[in-house]
Amino acid sequence: MAADNLPTEFDVVILGTGLSESVIAAACARVGQRVLHVDRRSYYAANWASFTFNGLLSWIDDNKQGGQSPEEVLDWSGKVESGEDILPLSTMDTSISNLEVFCYTSEEPEEDEEEKKEDATPISTLSPAPQSEGEEGNQATSPTDNRRNHEGETTLDILSESPPEQQDQEECAPLAEDQQILSSDGEPQGEEQLSGSAPTQAKKKKISYTKIVKEGRRFNIDLVSKLMYSRGLLVDLLIKSNVSRYAEFKNVSRILTYRQGKVEQVPCSRADVFGSKELTVVEKRMLMKFLTFCLDYEQHPEEYQDFTERSFWEFLQNNMLTENLQHFVLHSIAMVPRETHTEEGLRSTQHFLRSLGRYGNTPFLFPIYGLGEIPQCFCRMCAVFGGIYCLRHSVQCLVLDKESGRCKAVIDTCGQRISCSHFVVEDGYIREEQRKGVEHKHISRAVLITDGLLLQSESEQQISLVTVPPLEPGAPAVRLVELCSSTMTCMPGTYLVHLTCPSSGSAREDLQPVVSRLFTKPASAGEEGDGSDERPAVLWAVYFNMRDSTAADRSGYDLPGNVHVCSGPDAALGSDHSIRLAQEVFRQLAPHEEFCPPAPNPEDIVYDGDGGQGEGAGFSEAAQAEEGAAEEAEESKEKEASQESSPVEVGEMPDPPPAPLAEE
Amino acid sequence: MHGRVKLKSTAQQEEEKRKEREKKLKIYLTSRDACFTKRKEGVLDEEVLLLTQQLLSSNPDFATLWNYRREILLHLETVRSEDEIQRLYEEELSFLEACLKVNPKSYGSWHHRGWVSTRLPRPDWARELSLCERCLSLDDRNFHCWDYRRMVVRVSGVPVDQELQFTDRLIGSNFSNYSSWHYRSTLLPLLHPGSPEAASPQREPPTSSACSSPSTSPQTHSHRVCEEQLLKEYELVQNAFFTDPNDQSAWFYYRWLLGRAEREEMISCVYVSREGERVVVAFSRPVNALSVGLLLVVDGQPQQVNWRSAHPRLRHSPMWICDLPPGTISDTSNEHNLTVHWTERHTHRDCALYTGRSESWCRDSATDLELFRSELSVEKSSVLQSELQSCTQLLELEPQNKWCLLTIILLMRALDPLGYEKETLAYFQTLKEVDSMRTSYYSDLCSKFMIENTILKMEYAEVRVFSLCEKNLSTLCHLDQLLLVTHINLSSNQLLGLPPQFAMLQCLEVLQADDNAIENLEGVYHLSKLEEVSLRNNNITQLSDLKILTTCPRLARLDLRGNPITQIANIQSQLAELLPSITELLL
Repeated sequence: MAADNLPTEFDVVILGTGLSESVIAAACARVGQRVLHVDRRSYYAANWASFTFNGLLSWIDDNKQGGQSPEEVLDWSGKVESGEDILPLSTMDTSISNLEVFCYTSEEPEEDEEEKKEDATPISTLSPAPQSEGEEGNQATSPTDNRRNHEGETTLDILSESPPEQQDQEECAPLAEDQQILSSDGEPQGEEQLSGSAPTQAKKKKISYTKIVKEGRRFNIDLVSKLMYSRGLLVDLLIKSNVSRYAEFKNVSRILTYRQGKVEQVPCSRADVFGSKELTVVEKRMLMKFLTFCLDYEQHPEEYQDFTERSFWEFLQNNMLTENLQHFVLHSIAMVPRETHTEEGLRSTQHFLRSLGRYGNTPFLFPIYGLGEIPQCFCRMCAVFGGIYCLRHSVQCLVLDKESGRCKAVIDTCGQRISCSHFVVEDGYIREEQRKGVEHKHISRAVLITDGLLLQSESEQQISLVTVPPLEPGAPAVRLVELCSSTMTCMPGTYLVHLTCPSSGSAREDLQPVVSRLFTKPASAGEEGDGSDERPAVLWAVYFNMRDSTAADRSGYDLPGNVHVCSGPDAALGSDHSIRLAQEVFRQLAPHEEFCPPAPNPEDIVYDGDGGQGEGAGFSEAAQAEEGAAEEAEESKEKEASQESSPVEVGEMPDPPPAPLAEE
Repeated sequence: MHGRVKLKSTAQQEEEKRKEREKKLKIYLTSRDACFTKRKEGVLDEEVLLLTQQLLSSNPDFATLWNYRREILLHLETVRSEDEIQRLYEEELSFLEACLKVNPKSYGSWHHRGWVSTRLPRPDWARELSLCERCLSLDDRNFHCWDYRRMVVRVSGVPVDQELQFTDRLIGSNFSNYSSWHYRSTLLPLLHPGSPEAASPQREPPTSSACSSPSTSPQTHSHRVCEEQLLKEYELVQNAFFTDPNDQSAWFYYRWLLGRAEREEMISCVYVSREGERVVVAFSRPVNALSVGLLLVVDGQPQQVNWRSAHPRLRHSPMWICDLPPGTISDTSNEHNLTVHWTERHTHRDCALYTGRSESWCRDSATDLELFRSELSVEKSSVLQSELQSCTQLLELEPQNKWCLLTIILLMRALDPLGYEKETLAYFQTLKEVDSMRTSYYSDLCSKFMIENTILKMEYAEVRVFSLCEKNLSTLCHLDQLLLVTHINLSSNQLLGLPPQFAMLQCLEVLQADDNAIENLEGVYHLSKLEEVSLRNNNITQLSDLKILTTCPRLARLDLRGNPITQIANIQSQLAELLPSITELLL
């Protein structure tokens, strides 16, 4: 929507498109509230976003410059009436710090003949993706699509047009209650052809920086690295609200851990335990017995009564578990520090175990195309129910009623006054003056592009969660998520490794020790690896710290009662915090409404436009397109419906694709 | 403002759905009736094919329509070219795939698919295999699909090792899968057959009589697996039951691995009574002697005899009896050579009746055959020993696990039934406690083992006295093994009756069964040597219960003290009338 032509009255104005904000947006729109959802960034999902490689480079540039434009002092007196106050918002994004980039692979083009041949084609990543040619006109301007647009690439509407990568639909399945998601370790069919000259076993073949840049579009690099617990709040919400129809997921295929200098698989499901070659039969029994107990530990208080005041670690040691089993349970299943109390450890273990087997042999799901999809899916739901979207658009200040102290309206970047009864805002937009000295924590993050799996297996396509216990006492445990190309987050032949831990120093200080133990650098030219080192090589790496604002609760801000602050991502593996937060905020906004009730089937929706210019009709067209899209994604069947529907241009739908970041 | 979303009301939706359903039903019923009419009229064209297709796609379990389709297809086969037929059947396969999506467990669809696959001029078995694989990946316990897969594998000649790997994979992803384990049990003997010598138990030649037994081994090996592979399987299945000891599928497979082939069919014993002029033949398994071609030769002369089983209720019996023509062997000064031929099995057994002897027999004794260890295979006992250790280890971790307890009992029996008797009894006690729903089953099983042990002890002692007092017996079995027993003591057990098989105790003279709960004497039937029966403190209530005793001509002493029947007025005189041979009656 044209940003200078917004309606001037909304029920809720939401600033920031992170997960919590997007869920709130969807929930409000779903119950009929008028929602304006804006973000000053040019992309959706804020610090939850995913970027192509080149998009990430631009993001890095922006953040190295130290956030956005400097704080401007503007005069809003013209917009304010008597009895009103102005509360300015921050225009600086300071959530990212200590950004460091390392490139370990050759920046020279390969002297490979085939490579040369490929290089003959324009290297520009801006050229349309071959597979999407002819589909350009067919884009639906729904939020989900826009992310891929900020590179200036052709829109690839993953939902209404299934790109070739997705044609092997067997591998992807929609999220539905207890439906089996088909194996995530399927062979990368289809990708083979797509990757052109790069065979998937290119492990030994060096991948140059040029190649990464050239294939940059194949990357979808998440700023936060999280997985979805199959029985976590997020999955439950996706199912309950029917938002799941907008995305597809893969099972995490392995849980790995770093123990005694080696990466090994953690047997956590029944099938894993059965198949494990490392465990003796007695260990298998002990582990299964312990895990079975944890599944309903509340029923057997006598088993842990004596340990309620003691640590989970002590409890494990007391449970006849051998050293390796203690390691598995503590670090990889409960994923808690040693000093954690017994009951909390048991609760974490139970959470893990309850998620097992719902969709596969591990408790986790990962959204294809990256985690950044999830906030966008909720934005899309919001848009379907009438929410209005504007990217690169922000709120400069709030207009407060002096008497009640409540926020009456906001003034947007165009200087327009928009009245609202509630304002929801991401923590990053709040000025220091409004914070009551809350100490923010930080998350240390690293993203690596590597050339091989941390633990070899029959299939090259593995999605692994790797837990690395503290290398030194007092250091935090580090969590790695290793993604393969079938998750559509990296180019074939490479793996995307996300490292996360709560910060104690800069990201590099925190994470470099783990990286150097688990990975090598690529052998430089002429220096052939003797093959003794089986560790994968890091081709490229970025380190950064991200602010973790989850510690602050409502009382941590000096803000009007109808201004609700959403924290950004936390360091946890799941997203429960953000969902819980969204639910709490929604309860304050609409105390008597249901939170994200199931969205009706598209055929049960009737649209009655109240504006002129056939907007209603346009909208229903959009809805049909979405219906077709959703069904296709879900059932992977005929395409007729969605292909027949003409490109959707909906007046009241979200912004046209923003201009590419890189070109700005 | 832009358009707002409104939802159709629930009532609206319900109404729409109801109308939709009604419409569907109407169409369905009309088409069904049309189909039936056309079938009556003998219409066999493609139009009906289409009509039945519509019906079956909404209800794939309509057997009549599948039959009709087959009729049509068979007819079309006669009038179309091969290419057309190929196309027709391929369409049929795609249609069936759609039906299987509707109901992946439809008998009709799977059966029809099997039929179509075999009619297809140029079948594409690879496609069928991949269909099975997809189907099993969705539900790895769909036995319809397993059946179909076995058919496809058989017809298309998929290598056995490939199929074994397939089961590896399915068991790896979920070992709680009877079909996979079962499939392994059929594949392994083909891929890794056991060598007969290696598996043959060491045993001494029979010693019990002057006659030689047939030279063939008592066990066949066709279903066995070589030891090397067997050890791997033990490991695999142990991984399963250590991971989840409550999953029965793994235990069942384990039982199969430990189990043995069926015993060879043979004549296990020939018994001759000079006095009764009678021959009794025992077989290794129940047979119907009237139909298996049994031939008795006495001193080279084939005899015309009538074979009867020990009890008229036993049509299949391991024991058959015939009376010789009077005078054939009655003269004690003569020696006789008898041979019983089992013509159907090309086997026979000889028996010599020497001068002055009143009876004679020739047999393999239970100890020779290691008869009762045979619940489990007689692989190397070291292997069994280490299996026993594993299970004992598991039991320490899972003291309540019934499968583990039961397997330990079986392993102990395979290793040394008498040596482990005490432990076995203790484990049975635990079993009854942890699995109280099956107490009776365990009692019966325990009775069986106790009887086996007693038979073994009797054989070692080479006596004809069989005593099983105070063993908590709830049932009687292996009675064919007691053919030669003259004295049996079953007192102080929990027997409710003496079953028809009891009539196989052809040499029985004294029966003691005090302190049971016997109310039924069905098996005390034509025991020609029975002289003494003691049934104190049982549950005999009526005179008719004792009527069967009239078939035992030598019965002279009967003890019925402590039975309800003694309360009946005039019982003494009634009994005297019923059983005139009795000289000593205790009431």
